[in-house]
Amino acid sequence: MGGDRLKIILSLSPPLLIIFTLFFGGILYGFLQSLGYQPAIQKYEINFDAYYNVMFSERYAKLFWTGLALNLWVSFVSTFIAAAFALFGALAIRKTFFAKKFCNFIYSLNLPMPHLVVAVGMIFVFSQSGLLARMFTQIGFIGSPSEFPVLVKDRYGFGIILAYIWKESAFFFIILMSVLQSLGENFEELAQSLGANKWQRFRYVILPLVMPSLFSASIIVFAFSFGAYEVPAILGVNYPQMLPVMAFEFFLNPDLNARSEGMALSMIIAMIVMILVVIYFWLTQSKIRKD
Amino acid sequence: MNDNLKKINIYAIYLGAFMLILPLIAFFINAFSFRWFYPQLIPKELSLQAWVRLKLIPREGYRSFDGFLDLWLSNPTIIKALVNSVTIGVIVTIVSIIIALPAARVLGLLNFRFKKIIIFIMVSPTILPPIAFVLGLNINFISWGFSGSFLGVCLVHLVPIMPYVVLTMTGIFANYNPDFEHQARTLGANKFKTFYLITLPAIAPGMVVAALFAFLVSWSQYLLTFLIGAGKIMTLPLLVFSTASSGNPALTAAISIVFIFPAILILIFTSKFVSGDSAATSGFGKI
Repeated sequence: MGGDRLKIILSLSPPLLIIFTLFFGGILYGFLQSLGYQPAIQKYEINFDAYYNVMFSERYAKLFWTGLALNLWVSFVSTFIAAAFALFGALAIRKTFFAKKFCNFIYSLNLPMPHLVVAVGMIFVFSQSGLLARMFTQIGFIGSPSEFPVLVKDRYGFGIILAYIWKESAFFFIILMSVLQSLGENFEELAQSLGANKWQRFRYVILPLVMPSLFSASIIVFAFSFGAYEVPAILGVNYPQMLPVMAFEFFLNPDLNARSEGMALSMIIAMIVMILVVIYFWLTQSKIRKD
Repeated sequence: MNDNLKKINIYAIYLGAFMLILPLIAFFINAFSFRWFYPQLIPKELSLQAWVRLKLIPREGYRSFDGFLDLWLSNPTIIKALVNSVTIGVIVTIVSIIIALPAARVLGLLNFRFKKIIIFIMVSPTILPPIAFVLGLNINFISWGFSGSFLGVCLVHLVPIMPYVVLTMTGIFANYNPDFEHQARTLGANKFKTFYLITLPAIAPGMVVAALFAFLVSWSQYLLTFLIGAGKIMTLPLLVFSTASSGNPALTAAISIVFIFPAILILIFTSKFVSGDSAATSGFGKI
């Protein structure tokens, strides 16, 4: 047993060392700086001024709360639509039909695509002179580019939502396909033989079976879209601004005092994500206990 | 009635597929067109101009083997970025696999105290947003002298990649039977030979998928490279971002195509693994 113990410690310490020094070290130092500890400009006192400034000062409060609202709106809506779209796709594609393999490939196509490229792609497709606007003009739906709705770089985050739907639906799709494959068709056939109709089979057989994986995938997607920088940086506007973009701009501000505010903001983002993940674990754990 | 419903379903699937592939079509039209004015759906003139400006293809009249070689050896930004991206991706992938192998083996095969906590610690970088650690780490790296260095960028890429590789490979080892190793050892094989002949072939398929996706995670990092590289280490995502902000669609499209090329290649290569094996899919949300 002693040999095992040494083996465990030796095997686990290199990755843990990297995570502790780089990841937790970075968070810790960011936290210290958010409290105003900045040796670079001779500031050593600890206080919550940066948090207060970001959330309640006249200068930033509006930017922060609209940003938070935009963050929640974008993450909830994009996660929900991407999951629903992928569920529909997976359920339909699972049945054999002509071009099944091709559709399978297209629906997982965005899985390895970098978010950055998906965001750029949204500009090419959804801008007012983009591919979709051109198609609509050719069909005769619209006459001039200005008749096409503003969907990228818009105030409501539509472009950001679209980008996350494009990208994350592939992730949901792959997860759902592997769950559905492992389930087989037995449950459904059983339900059908007992007289369940299409909707009942979906609502009472398939949905409960895929829900656990769909829910955990949703948490990953939600957490990601809540804290990611690239997509809102390309597809967003200056006001309202998503929180990661705001934090990054604070940080790049040549005024070193703004740095604490940037750090405070990134800590707030991390905190919200963490609270959501803890709620998720608490929910799933208590559900497992009930079952 | 049911048949009609099925037909509508199929058409909806095709429509979805069409929408999903639309950005890709837009990239190719933009990258190979010349003066693609508004209502035109198909460009009137095809051109390689964007690629020439990008310095990936030589000017007309110089498109011989020597012409390509001369252009690429003159080390334009795109080639620099490509070489950096590939080198960083390969180094980080190999290092993370070497570090992750023993850890994943222990986590997948043995039960011990604190195992759950250790897995939780390993997962945390894949859940918490990168902006939470990289701002602080950036200041640390400046004081340690890693900022703006190749080494610093490789180190920071390990943070999102290593947890992914460890978790994926833990899944592989959880389904792995170490008894074959004991048999090989009793038959006289040494440790190295046992690993090479028994362990490696068993874990190789999953490991290759993990490695390819680890490479992709590194390949698509923008924020970490930008902050830690301090503008000195140019990689493809940085180039895509700055070109997209400058607003030249043809050039942006051309760089984007270069940028997504390995992604599509890897998807084609792994598509048969990915749909069957869910262990390797756990970290995809990060790319």
